[in-house]
Amino acid sequence: MLNYIWAFMILIGVVYAAITGNMEAVTDAALGSAGEAVSLCITMAGVMALWMGLMRIAEKSGLIAGLASGIQPFLSFMFPRIPKKHESRKFIATNFIANILGLGWACTPAGLKAMEELAKLEEERGNPAYLDDGDRAERGKGRIASNEMCTFLILNTSSLQLIPVNMIVYRTQYGSANPAAVIAPAIIATLFSTIIAIIYCKIKDRKPIWKKQQAGRERFGRGN
Amino acid sequence: MAGFLANFSNVIIPVIIFYIVAYGLINKVQVYEEFIGGAKEGLKTVVGILPTLVGLMVGVCVLRASGFMQFLGGILGSFTEKIGIPADIVPLTLVKMFSSSAATGLVLDIFKTHGTDSYIGMLTSILMSCTETIFYTMSVYFLAAKVTKTRYTLAGAIISMLAGLLASVVLAGMVV
Repeated sequence: MLNYIWAFMILIGVVYAAITGNMEAVTDAALGSAGEAVSLCITMAGVMALWMGLMRIAEKSGLIAGLASGIQPFLSFMFPRIPKKHESRKFIATNFIANILGLGWACTPAGLKAMEELAKLEEERGNPAYLDDGDRAERGKGRIASNEMCTFLILNTSSLQLIPVNMIVYRTQYGSANPAAVIAPAIIATLFSTIIAIIYCKIKDRKPIWKKQQAGRERFGRGN
Repeated sequence: MAGFLANFSNVIIPVIIFYIVAYGLINKVQVYEEFIGGAKEGLKTVVGILPTLVGLMVGVCVLRASGFMQFLGGILGSFTEKIGIPADIVPLTLVKMFSSSAATGLVLDIFKTHGTDSYIGMLTSILMSCTETIFYTMSVYFLAAKVTKTRYTLAGAIISMLAGLLASVVLAGMVV
């Protein structure tokens, strides 16, 4: 994906500059911005080291694990059909907490494990598309996302991060009088977009798709 | 309200630092050693993204210097500026759906041109803090579960992104 976006930027940029006679500006921009990227990284290095250092303390002291168990009631609300003891809950909780704290490196592994566990949950429910030795016809149609997967993904993409560390760094680098001024509005905007996501998920989650299919099949007398 | 937001923004970082260190001490963590270990990881992360940053900043700057961005912005902006969304924000929102690092290139370009504390600078800051890379996240996560039919996920993701955009426009107007 990025392959095409990047090539598009470079190629269109050079061609458009050739047409409009901006070649000299493009030369300056290409050379100047490369150096600028390095000086940005130097500013960023300090803040990232500080933040990651603090997060390591939070991890070792059990603060992050504590937060993960703290959001269990929220998980029960968002995912009412996941059994209380199911393994997926642990990974979903870790993923959400890592997201909230802005720990990019910890989000993805936990998120991928959560998705695998949610696929296993469908298998346990007997959804044929998720069974390895399942109905061939069902498998051929491709796997359909479960409600839990949709909810999990929508919450993830609604952005949960509370402290926008990166934005604070960029603002510092470009001479903001108050780089941290973004924090409070960012928290409010994030909460708002997440609440909208929660409402949307709750509306859509009223009927589990797999039960609906099963009911339909039985009605037509093709039930197992 | 704007005064309260500014106060809260200024206080939150020291409070978090204090809380984490105090909590670590109470739980008998070697706070200093762990901090150093984590900081080392943080530096590695930054060094790791440097090549990406060079590539994308060069890409964005070339595109801007060529005059193409102004051309595109002029077309898009005439529609969106009526509802308080400056022209530069439209491509930024679209790019952010695909790639966070490509969006960073655009963000820095906006900061350079308009400053960080202007309306558009603040709007950009808030918007990037409350949106995610929808398509990237969806493709990676659904791949892990081998799911091909994603049902209402994309619609939900886009609705929450638009909610974030709306909130950013309102909040940036209040703060600046």
